Amino acid sequence: MSSEQTNLKPKLKLAVYWGSACGGCCVSVLDTHEKLLDIVAAADPVFWPIALDIKYKDVEAMPDQSIDLTLFNGAVRNSENQHIAQLLRKKTKILVAYGSCAYMGGIPGLANFSGKSEVFERAYVETESTKNPERIFPVTEYPVEEGTLKLPKFFNDVLPLNKVVDVDYYIPGCPPQSERLIEVFTAIVSGAQLPPKGSVVGANDKTNCDECKRTKSENKTIDRFYRPWEIQDDKETCFLEQGVICMGPATRGGCGVRCVEGNSPCRGCYGPPPGATDPGAKMMSAIGTMINADNPEEIDKIIESIVDPAGLFYRFSLPGSILGRKVQ
Amino acid sequence: MDFRPKIVAFLCNWCAYTGADLAGTSRIHYAPNIRIIRIMCSGRIEPTFILKAFQQGADGVLVCGCHPGDCHYQEGNYKCLRRFKLLQKFTRQMGIEKDRLRLEWISASEGKQFAELVNDMTKTLLSMGPSKVKSSLEVEHLNV
Repeated sequence: MSSEQTNLKPKLKLAVYWGSACGGCCVSVLDTHEKLLDIVAAADPVFWPIALDIKYKDVEAMPDQSIDLTLFNGAVRNSENQHIAQLLRKKTKILVAYGSCAYMGGIPGLANFSGKSEVFERAYVETESTKNPERIFPVTEYPVEEGTLKLPKFFNDVLPLNKVVDVDYYIPGCPPQSERLIEVFTAIVSGAQLPPKGSVVGANDKTNCDECKRTKSENKTIDRFYRPWEIQDDKETCFLEQGVICMGPATRGGCGVRCVEGNSPCRGCYGPPPGATDPGAKMMSAIGTMINADNPEEIDKIIESIVDPAGLFYRFSLPGSILGRKVQ
Repeated sequence: MDFRPKIVAFLCNWCAYTGADLAGTSRIHYAPNIRIIRIMCSGRIEPTFILKAFQQGADGVLVCGCHPGDCHYQEGNYKCLRRFKLLQKFTRQMGIEKDRLRLEWISASEGKQFAELVNDMTKTLLSMGPSKVKSSLEVEHLNV
């Protein structure tokens, strides 16, 4: 039924795309369950690789600014991701970096602890199931009888979406909670006043600690850090007070503290709270002072129990952090 | 052009900055490679400040506070020390050499020691060469 026949407001056009992603963000859109029917009632999905068979050339043929809302999930890892990011930016009115990877690099962003050559070496030579004595690596162009075969170019770094194109809003989470997506989507559909460009939406303005129900005391000192499996969690006391590193103080609320509710420390997928740009630096600032020692040797000993601070504090945010990658 | 290391130094108001001031009023000559930022207490230094300095092209970052036990605010320098140790473990994982990030205690009367410290750090950085943090982030390096 066309909009002329029903005299209704024209439906929004919606695109969902995955860059370097696991697919979880697309599933989080499907996880809106029966609300998905409301979404498709208000918006026509015009491009969504996980759900619809629409080719890149179809998107290229769309007029500029013809898509109302694009949820771009996944980081930018190769020239294909970059091309589609630029294409969708051109075709879209509101471009949203959806999920941790598009927001700050996410789990794929941990690859920035190494570079392309190390990644290729591991993937195509060293992996236990690989036999590649000739050291054959993927190439971007390969001539065959029928013509030239092409592959996207693999970048040295993983990039968050805003390092490639201009981003209007960010919805954090790994994946974003479906309820929060519905809130944001409803706000856009209703024509409500949207927050300023560049805002993080679908999340709160306070840290996860503010929403956490566990008991916290004033006296936060740590004699030793434990990895979650090294300690019997009492299910009541703040994880940090038990010595288990929980990213709560350096993480934006909005997920409903789901990990802690499930007796697992927060891992920081919602990114830094307002006012902080770098979740890891904020975390180091917060827990550094909790170390219960004054002399350098004792401090070193306690810090030894944090096995991998870089990987732990920047699990979802390395490419979007201040340093962005390991020095090379 | 010759390499001239850039050192960003965070000095606490009560001891280290006064010590640096003493080096100046005593007319001690020392390496001009340092850019001093005065803060109220070394306990105020957030890891963000130090990381930002490296990101913006500092070859070294120096943090100075009061000697242990002498902090104007009782224990700010201990807080600084704990954060610093953790931050240094992180920066080394990120490939920033240990000597590029230093924490030293300077009292208000240690102008001479401050000048020697700056000379020493400048010399070390000269032998190490420029920091690669900033160049690692430049876009042409991304697409290799």
